Amino acid sequence: MDDKDRMILTLLEGDCRIEAENLADMVDLTKEEVQKRIAVLEEDGVIKKYMACIDWEKAGEGIVAAIIELKVSPERDFGYDKIAERISRHRQVRSLRLISGAYDLELLVVAKNIHEIARFVAEQIAPLEQVRETGTILIMKTYKENGLEFFERKTGERLPYTF
Amino acid sequence: MRDFRSERVCRIPPSGIRKFFDIAQEMEDVISLGVGEPDYDTPWNVREAAIRSIEQGQTAYTSNSGLIELRNEIKKYLGESFGVSYNPKNEIIITTGASEALDIAIRAVVNPGDEVLVADPSYIAYCSNVILSEGVPVPVPCHEKDEFRLTPDSLMEHITPKSKVLLCNFPNNPSGGVMSKDDYKAISDIVVDHDLLLISDEIYSELTYEGEKVCAASVDSLFERTITINGFSKAYSMTGWRVGYVCAPEQLCSAMLKIHQYVMLSAPTTAQHAAVEALRNGADACREMVQEYKIRRNLFVKGLNRAGLKTHLPKGAFYAFPNVSDYNISDEEFAERLLKEHHVAVVPGNVFGPSGKGHIRCSYAVSREDLMTSVERIEEFLSYL
Repeated sequence: MDDKDRMILTLLEGDCRIEAENLADMVDLTKEEVQKRIAVLEEDGVIKKYMACIDWEKAGEGIVAAIIELKVSPERDFGYDKIAERISRHRQVRSLRLISGAYDLELLVVAKNIHEIARFVAEQIAPLEQVRETGTILIMKTYKENGLEFFERKTGERLPYTF
Repeated sequence: MRDFRSERVCRIPPSGIRKFFDIAQEMEDVISLGVGEPDYDTPWNVREAAIRSIEQGQTAYTSNSGLIELRNEIKKYLGESFGVSYNPKNEIIITTGASEALDIAIRAVVNPGDEVLVADPSYIAYCSNVILSEGVPVPVPCHEKDEFRLTPDSLMEHITPKSKVLLCNFPNNPSGGVMSKDDYKAISDIVVDHDLLLISDEIYSELTYEGEKVCAASVDSLFERTITINGFSKAYSMTGWRVGYVCAPEQLCSAMLKIHQYVMLSAPTTAQHAAVEALRNGADACREMVQEYKIRRNLFVKGLNRAGLKTHLPKGAFYAFPNVSDYNISDEEFAERLLKEHHVAVVPGNVFGPSGKGHIRCSYAVSREDLMTSVERIEEFLSYL
């Protein structure tokens, strides 16, 4: 990893559809060099995947998302890894993190409706023997996701010529 | 009725860009590369600090020199970034933008008939400011072959017994030229030998993409004879706040303060509070913007060269300065036709002084998308020019 790699990653994180030619210009490399670097970053698992950032509310799809916090008993030899990996296998779990503070794990769960979320927590998560406590926080509205604002915002106008 | 206008004001040439402005205003799909300001809004924490200061009723005048907290932050910033040390008590004045700093610096030192050497091409206000003080602006060419740096040879050629001040702006608007510390050292002997004062406008210093950012006053022999001008407009996207500063040894600073206290009293108080926040907690936002300008510069300059327009790689500021002298039309005509025929607004280089002739100034403080579209449009224009 050098500065050029870091720049490529930052650029792709902002817009993964930048064409290789343009990316090459931006970081001052040839197209081939950029493609090679990206291939290495992909192989090494630094770049995991290229995805779109979607405002589902705007798409008119009724989906419900919730943050679920868990208090979990760590296991000897494995700590939190085993239980975390087990929970993460559920398709409803969009993200799962070990966190500091009152709770240990934090999940982002997406479902069609609130009942599905309730059932998921009650049937799949709460009964696990390592899970001591759960706290469910419903997401009411998304204002910003992955650094991107979901609301309309005016930016200041500029004169066509200034010196 | 008499003509009431002063002779001095009549000597200031009219703006060479008025007609372009009018044409551009009429167009719907014009891409303007004529802008001399960042396309970012001011970082949010800076805006919050300003709002908070208003809520707390900090709406009165500040001292003439400006908030002491701000002067302390500036001292710290200049010390840490450039190794230059100014006393916040009597060597720093907060001004209403770098523009006012420039004005009071020139008025404080120029007598009628004094020659002011101006590194050329230059920001358009310089010559007018000198004329208002009845000084004589003397352009000192910075050549494309020297990457638009000011060289000792060029400077020597223009020195006369009447030379008093050298006025420079690096990183340079419009050329993007940058002076390294060694470049300043190379001219420092001449400046000292001819007992010149250096006024160094460093408003673009944070926007240095190659090599280290430099403050001219960090050259030891120059410090006592340098007025350093800087501000917040470019580094923190704060053009509309009108806040900048000027630093100089005490005697010069108190001379400037005399003018400042009568024409401005003090810089806008809200803007000064915002500037404190910019210096305390704005470095990351600044770094991100600089990184993005660098990316755009690379994208744009490579695109222009590929399109066939000879463009040197600017090392600072946010302007590309392509050479259009191969096309048998003036830079003025080039800019006018590019605007009328392809709706891309650029500034003809001649408005920045004789050395700007044959170039056009294109700001890349616009979105990547607009830069790429304008390269396409320019390529089309060149195809039949």
